[in-house]
Amino acid sequence: MGTPDRSAILRALGRATADALREAVIRLPPDVKRALVCAAAAETNPVAQGEFHNIVRNIEQAETLGVPLCQDTGVPVVYLTIPPDVPLTTDLYDAVAEGVRLATKEVPLRPNVVDALTRHNSNDNTGAGMPAIHVMPGRKFSVTVLPKGAGAENVSRIAMLLPSQVEQIERFLVETVLLAEGRPCPPIVLGVGIGGTFDGAAALAKEALLLPIDEMTAFEQQLCDAVNRLGIGPMGLGGDTTALSVKVKFAACHTASLPVAVNVQCWACRRATVEVER
Amino acid sequence: MTVQLHTPLGDEVLALHAGDHVELSGMVYTARDEAHLRMQKEGIPFDAEGAAVYHCGPVIHNNRVIAAGPTTSARMNMLTKFLLDRGVRAVIGKGGMGEAVREQLCGRGVYLAFTGGCAALAASHMTLRGVFFEDLGMAEAVWILELDHLPLVVGIDAQGNDIFESVRARANKEFGRYSKVQGLSDK
Repeated sequence: MGTPDRSAILRALGRATADALREAVIRLPPDVKRALVCAAAAETNPVAQGEFHNIVRNIEQAETLGVPLCQDTGVPVVYLTIPPDVPLTTDLYDAVAEGVRLATKEVPLRPNVVDALTRHNSNDNTGAGMPAIHVMPGRKFSVTVLPKGAGAENVSRIAMLLPSQVEQIERFLVETVLLAEGRPCPPIVLGVGIGGTFDGAAALAKEALLLPIDEMTAFEQQLCDAVNRLGIGPMGLGGDTTALSVKVKFAACHTASLPVAVNVQCWACRRATVEVER
Repeated sequence: MTVQLHTPLGDEVLALHAGDHVELSGMVYTARDEAHLRMQKEGIPFDAEGAAVYHCGPVIHNNRVIAAGPTTSARMNMLTKFLLDRGVRAVIGKGGMGEAVREQLCGRGVYLAFTGGCAALAASHMTLRGVFFEDLGMAEAVWILELDHLPLVVGIDAQGNDIFESVRARANKEFGRYSKVQGLSDK
């Protein structure tokens, strides 16, 4: 094997990013579809049944026509897996941003990214710190994207609970969903980060949304059942399923801290992973 | 039972009940925040009598509707009365509207909910027929869309029944079983 051509790797990374974005905004992952079909079959509220019917038909329609499921194609959140032989340098970040620009034109994605204060739209879904890129070491060179819509992101919350308030974690989650009502487009998925630091808990909450949602631990199931007792239902119209799933990631934390972050995700739990060809 | 509705709408909307499934056909007009403000200032560019207004910022490409899901209606809570006063009979969106709009709808019209995120499904029931205020940009312009049996549910009826409000009341009651948290801020 000769010296890898760096520019070819960067081009391939951009291509993989664009391909992952296209896949994510058009086709839902199998675990998410399974969770939706399961919840639809179990639903007893006739209004909610109608909402599920529309959701399932919308998923089919988007796949058939090759168009985005939802007009809010989100902001690009990217998880890069870097193998030992690929040096982590800033040009990898530039290549991912190029992939985002490519997808914005090709798919097309709605240009959602603006300057935080002036609100000026870059029209290519990139900007300062955007795409949000997280790097993890691994065996394969791959790009995972999690396009994040605003409706659900805007009702996400974090709490610095007291160490004596472990029992209040459930209350905080349920309160988050109560305050959100129909705004995050339920049935939602909750990514929860418990422990770590203030920022770390939020990062864990988002990473939790990468986990398969059609399996839950006993703790996750308990939280999910508590949320569903609210009866908010699909789109806030009432029903048995407010949350499809709750996924939790943990980190150790300071003996005086208990950070809890909840990242709310709409029913369109979009994510896709594409391996970088080289 | 699904009720068939066609624009222009009339007194048939008064007989609808919150929770009824309906299919709407005929012309509707999209409007978000900016379009409402413009219409308040410059007048409504379409015949408002019996009209239906859709809270939506669609993706239009080559004169075709690509994606046209609903946006959050509550943002238009304070901007809806003038439309109903001029004869608009149905407001379409997601998430419901406030108490003021619920009262304004009484004896006049209905709020119809369409499933959030279902942009591809919505587009498959629509044909683009024209546009007003195109200078507001794609998301904020008033697009004239012809609907073909768009599946909706009555969220707020003309008798003051509001599904969102009853769901909210039930959820608040359920949440009441958690005790009030004693935090640092309570000392």
